Amino acid sequence: MSQIAFNEEALKTAQRIIARYPKGKEKSALIPLLHLAQAEFDGWLSPETMDYVASLLSIQSIEAYEVASFYSMFNLQPVGKCVLEVCRTSSCWLLGAEDVVRHIEKRLGIHVGETTADGMFTLKTVECLGSCGTAPMLQCGADYYENLTLEKVDNLIANLKQDGSRRTYPKPAPVKIES
Amino acid sequence: MSRKLLLANDHVEGIRRLDVYRKHGGYNALEKALKTMTPEQIVEEVKASGLRGRGGAGFPTGMKWSFLAKPEGVARYLVCNADESEPGTFKDRYLMERIPHALIEGMIASSFALGARTSYIYIRGEYFYVANILEEAIAEAYEAGLLGKNILNSGFDHDCYVQVGAGAYICGEETALLESLEGKRGNPRIKPPFPAIAGLYGCPTVVNNVETIAAVVPIIQMTGAEYAKIGVGKSTGTKLISASGHINKPGVYEIELGVPVEEFIYSDAYCGGIRNGKQLKAVVAGGSSVPILPAHLILKTASGEPRLMTYESLSDGGFATGTMLGSGGFIVMDEDTSIVKNLWNFSRFYHHESCGQCSPCREGTGWMEKILHNIVEGHGTPEDVELLWDIQGKIEGKTICPLGDAAAWPVASAIRHFKDEFMQYVTRPQSIKDVKHYYRVHQLAEA
Ligand SMILES: Cc1cc2nc3c(=O)[nH]c(=O)nc-3n(C[C@H](O)[C@H](O)[C@H](O)COP(=O)(O)O)c2cc1C
Ligand code: FES
Repeated sequence: MSQIAFNEEALKTAQRIIARYPKGKEKSALIPLLHLAQAEFDGWLSPETMDYVASLLSIQSIEAYEVASFYSMFNLQPVGKCVLEVCRTSSCWLLGAEDVVRHIEKRLGIHVGETTADGMFTLKTVECLGSCGTAPMLQCGADYYENLTLEKVDNLIANLKQDGSRRTYPKPAPVKIES
Repeated sequence: MSRKLLLANDHVEGIRRLDVYRKHGGYNALEKALKTMTPEQIVEEVKASGLRGRGGAGFPTGMKWSFLAKPEGVARYLVCNADESEPGTFKDRYLMERIPHALIEGMIASSFALGARTSYIYIRGEYFYVANILEEAIAEAYEAGLLGKNILNSGFDHDCYVQVGAGAYICGEETALLESLEGKRGNPRIKPPFPAIAGLYGCPTVVNNVETIAAVVPIIQMTGAEYAKIGVGKSTGTKLISASGHINKPGVYEIELGVPVEEFIYSDAYCGGIRNGKQLKAVVAGGSSVPILPAHLILKTASGEPRLMTYESLSDGGFATGTMLGSGGFIVMDEDTSIVKNLWNFSRFYHHESCGQCSPCREGTGWMEKILHNIVEGHGTPEDVELLWDIQGKIEGKTICPLGDAAAWPVASAIRHFKDEFMQYVTRPQSIKDVKHYYRVHQLAEA
């Protein structure tokens, strides 16, 4: 028996998401439900979490694993409370993204891909996030931080630390059920 | 100043809300469509408008719509491509974030034209907050009777849902998008069958870009014939351009197709010229996938004509001397930019994003990235440049989807137009350390 289960509210959200698709096509809800699960269970998808999501959709666990491992937003390992995702693609890079990455590495004492010892921050580099006109930029949780300077980065790190809460992608907003 | 059809009201306070959007003429086109037009008439208007897909390929929208199969008793779908992951492109985000109802209205009107009872907006996962803005707009539309059953008493029923992706460039390719929407890995499908025959859940499906669908609203409002009067030749209407890189005024600009490239780069109405008084070196005009052009070829065609922001003018000269309008992701590079380093950055991107189905793309993108990394690090040889040329030619056109082409074209064009720079890297590696390439963040703060 899996220990993992959504609370009542999350379960309701999950059911509303599943209702968006035609009968027999519930598997379409897999990606939204993996997002929901990741937000609910510490920002990453353990095998148990994926098994649970698969059971909600009556699909094989392997179907959840193969999807979760394809998409870069799903974390298959534990991550810090705040994942700093710095865009490393062209326009951002032309405008100093590399400085931003090196600066965060120095400030937090970690390399790209690592998590601080206190479990607060993970540093990642990602591909173009559609913010090239406001480069350089980084994303943390659902929030975009644009036109970065090193001062802004310091500020952000301090504020996130002080706030101390986990930054996950927000749970999908409530959706309208079939009319 | 260019006429604006999509972004005319982008700075109106509260335009994100339904009441304000309606006060500025929002949903008039939908009302006109539902009350005075047949679905066939709308398709005819879209055909007459000359509208071409704004997602990158530029396929005529009216023609795509008329290919949609209509077997009796089978559901049809409209799917909006809001994946927007082509590096350099951020126009759809701007439009959805500012005026979400412009897309929703387009979705409903287009669905009516296509006979789609249900539509999905597939938006890239990183745009989660934009997805929430769309969800709010959709909820408002349901409340006002603009979605759901018997919309505006027309007898037309429609439901529209937002689906978020989870980080994969390939899901912008329309068949990979459909796979993802079905809850699978984003592996592109072999075509045919095309989505118009067998798309979402095997049903006839139209996939269109955000901007394409939003453009249907002004087309209904002003008629296709009027829309077609804007622009030049077969490049009709307006286009959203995402301008970024070493320019004074990066941002999203709605232009009438036909604006000269030179005006677009240097006029204060658009990019406002090159940052810090530097010289223009090169432009990637339509998102990272299209061929890069050096300054002299982006400003003028090989035959000396001024280059215009149109599908035809940008591709004038073929790949030998031209490029493509693509998604309208306009990346500008100044004189200090290293074309070789930038190419390595692009190649790393395509290697990272290859779905891995086709060997030429899966292996070739990785190989190109490694060679370029070697060159950038000063370990390259002239043979490496030859090898790069050879590999890109063996990817192009040999894969299920065009990601392979998208990975090959930047390499081919960079070598074609900037061979000297490659030769500098491989014959005088000690000079690489003097290449500046990117701005330091503190320089930006001072500028
Ligand atoms: C690798 C790849 C990525 C793509 N990404 C996008 C995208 O992010 N947005 C988009 O609208 N079209 C994208 N396309 C083009 C779509 O396959 C398709 O042509 C488009 O959505 C059709 O809509 P349109 O006719 O309105 O342009 C991409 C194509 C490829 C091959
Ligand atoms: S290149 Fe960084 S957001 Fe596009």
